[in-house]
Amino acid sequence: MAWNLDRRKFLAGTAAAAVVPWAPAVAQAQSVRIGLLTVKTGPLAQGGIQMEQGLTLFLKQRQSSLAGRKVDLVIADTGGNPAGAKTKAQELIERDKVDFIVGPLAAFELLAISAYVEEAKVPMLSLAAADDMTQRRPNAYFVRASATSSQCNHPLGDYAAKEMKLKRMATISEDFAFGYEQAGGFQRVFEDEGGLIVKKLWPPLNTADYTPFISQLADIDGVWNGFAGSNPIKFNQQYAELGAKAKYPILGGWTAYDDALLKSFGDDAVGAVSASWYSSTLDTPSNQRFVADMVKDYGNVPGGYAAGTYINGMCIEAALHKTGGKTDDRSALIAALRGVSLADTPRGAFHFDHLGNVVGNVFIRRLERKDGKLVNTIVKTYANVSQFWTYDEHRYLEQPVYSRDYPALKT
Amino acid sequence: MSQWLLLGVNSVSLGGLLFLLSAGFSLIFGLMRIPNLTHGSFFMLGAYLGTSFLALGLDFWLAALLAAAAMAAIGGGIERLLLRRLAGQELAQVLVTLGLSFMIADLCLMIWGGDPIPLDTPRSLRGAMPIASIVFPTYRLAIVVIAVAVAVALWLMLERTRLGAMIRAGVDDAPMARVAGIRVSRLFTLVFCLGAAIAGFAGVMGGPILSVYPGLDADMLPLALIVVILGGTGSLPGALLGSFVIGLFYNFGQVLFPELAYIVLFLPMLLILLFRPQGLFGKHVP
Repeated sequence: MAWNLDRRKFLAGTAAAAVVPWAPAVAQAQSVRIGLLTVKTGPLAQGGIQMEQGLTLFLKQRQSSLAGRKVDLVIADTGGNPAGAKTKAQELIERDKVDFIVGPLAAFELLAISAYVEEAKVPMLSLAAADDMTQRRPNAYFVRASATSSQCNHPLGDYAAKEMKLKRMATISEDFAFGYEQAGGFQRVFEDEGGLIVKKLWPPLNTADYTPFISQLADIDGVWNGFAGSNPIKFNQQYAELGAKAKYPILGGWTAYDDALLKSFGDDAVGAVSASWYSSTLDTPSNQRFVADMVKDYGNVPGGYAAGTYINGMCIEAALHKTGGKTDDRSALIAALRGVSLADTPRGAFHFDHLGNVVGNVFIRRLERKDGKLVNTIVKTYANVSQFWTYDEHRYLEQPVYSRDYPALKT
Repeated sequence: MSQWLLLGVNSVSLGGLLFLLSAGFSLIFGLMRIPNLTHGSFFMLGAYLGTSFLALGLDFWLAALLAAAAMAAIGGGIERLLLRRLAGQELAQVLVTLGLSFMIADLCLMIWGGDPIPLDTPRSLRGAMPIASIVFPTYRLAIVVIAVAVAVALWLMLERTRLGAMIRAGVDDAPMARVAGIRVSRLFTLVFCLGAAIAGFAGVMGGPILSVYPGLDADMLPLALIVVILGGTGSLPGALLGSFVIGLFYNFGQVLFPELAYIVLFLPMLLILLFRPQGLFGKHVP
């Protein structure tokens, strides 16, 4: 954990507090506290470290001041497990008295702390993609500016059927909720547009060798994958080496070809088509500044994890502007947060629906080599994509959440 | 048809990699009677060191050997400075190796960062070879050759050298070996170094297939455990047979019983522990 409060800020704060008349100004001279729940140890640290970079960069660009108030960032390492998430969430809320929580990273961490944070009435902005957090098990103090697991895969299913004209596909993703929900979203829209999923493969999370799964790919014209973390590197390398890449075009979710991973891919991944809510090649002034500063400070192009927390910072700033910098009225604060609607951000324009989930752009990208470097070029943008795609919200919610067997295979 | 042939060839190939991973583990477990829970971390650290050596421009094979040498030094240090002080306290030794695995994982995260690092296949082994109706990656076939070479080298060492005889004596009956004048504690250090070296070498060998990433240690350690429990601790033929059997179960099991991916791997281990705890070729119950 690190207090982002160095000597200069302390002296400035003390001086400000001394100069201004005490009684009404005491509350305002106190800084806004943002707690970041991230993972800095273990396999999830890859994304966790990027989350920290994104938010730190945002505050650095704003010189740790939002809507006229000083900002303190408290960083907590949950260790990537639910118990750690709960412990750190308690520390942030009860000891550090944070006004906002950014994070946590993983869906299982989020599910462990959701009820507690809602009861404590602390607005929480997370990248965790679990669909039900803004669907069948909503949290009134939760806001998600990234996407649900299925949100980007709905338009990808549309793109695969309508633009790539694929007819029979297999899906392969890790054997856990994030994999099921991504694949489910893709399958539903792909099949609604006339395609057919003939096989669904679920390798365990820590699979070393994907050969037994890749060997089952036959009688299809394309493959969709939803791998996350470090698995995309292994999978794409093995997919190419076993000859599958030459036979079947490959599509993926946002974690499968995330921009921050591009430096680790070889030519194995060239040609992959993916759908993401963030692309480092997006041409908005805000994104150009963000990417340039990330490259300068951290030496790598940002992906969804860093962009996610950076955008969360922008949401917090917008909410504070709405409440005039006040954070004591929590229900006003969450209302302001959910009412945020921004135009110039690293992901373009977006706003939130009434369940706290983002409605915004989804970019379809193709991985290419340009000037010797790998880059995800945007080939199509679906604007104003909600978590329900084009489906009626009530009908959508009546159906169960996507799982291993839902939607079922038609064959 | 060609799917089964692919799986069959891959079973042998995966078996080769598993042997490289498990040989050291088996020796350490057999001689020192402790499951070295740092073994996965040795594999991973060797792989990370390999990526750094390759980044310096070194040849793939030289990088692998240097990584092995580095791991031998680290392993020796761990054995002399930590494990030896707990001589006779097997539980404490196991816990120390577990703690070390966390520490090494964190160290790797600090030094090499959280992003996965690809390890390029050596140029001469890129591409694929036709085998009957399938085309199979050349490097994966090369791993089998390398595994067999290492197995033969280890076998020669164990069966034909004095050192090997001492190690075998220590595996069979350490107290008696001491009585016979063999410096068993020195053997412990040597075998630990050797085990760590082979693991580090295996990490670099596995790199082109697995890449190197945080969590690689936790992904590989259970596989080493299964192989050694199946094959028997301290036995080289056991590690070899166990590797190929697990390679077979892994490939065919995932395809034939997709709902039971983990069970297919751990069930044989469970059955062996229940009905033949010393493993197929082992001499002692672990």
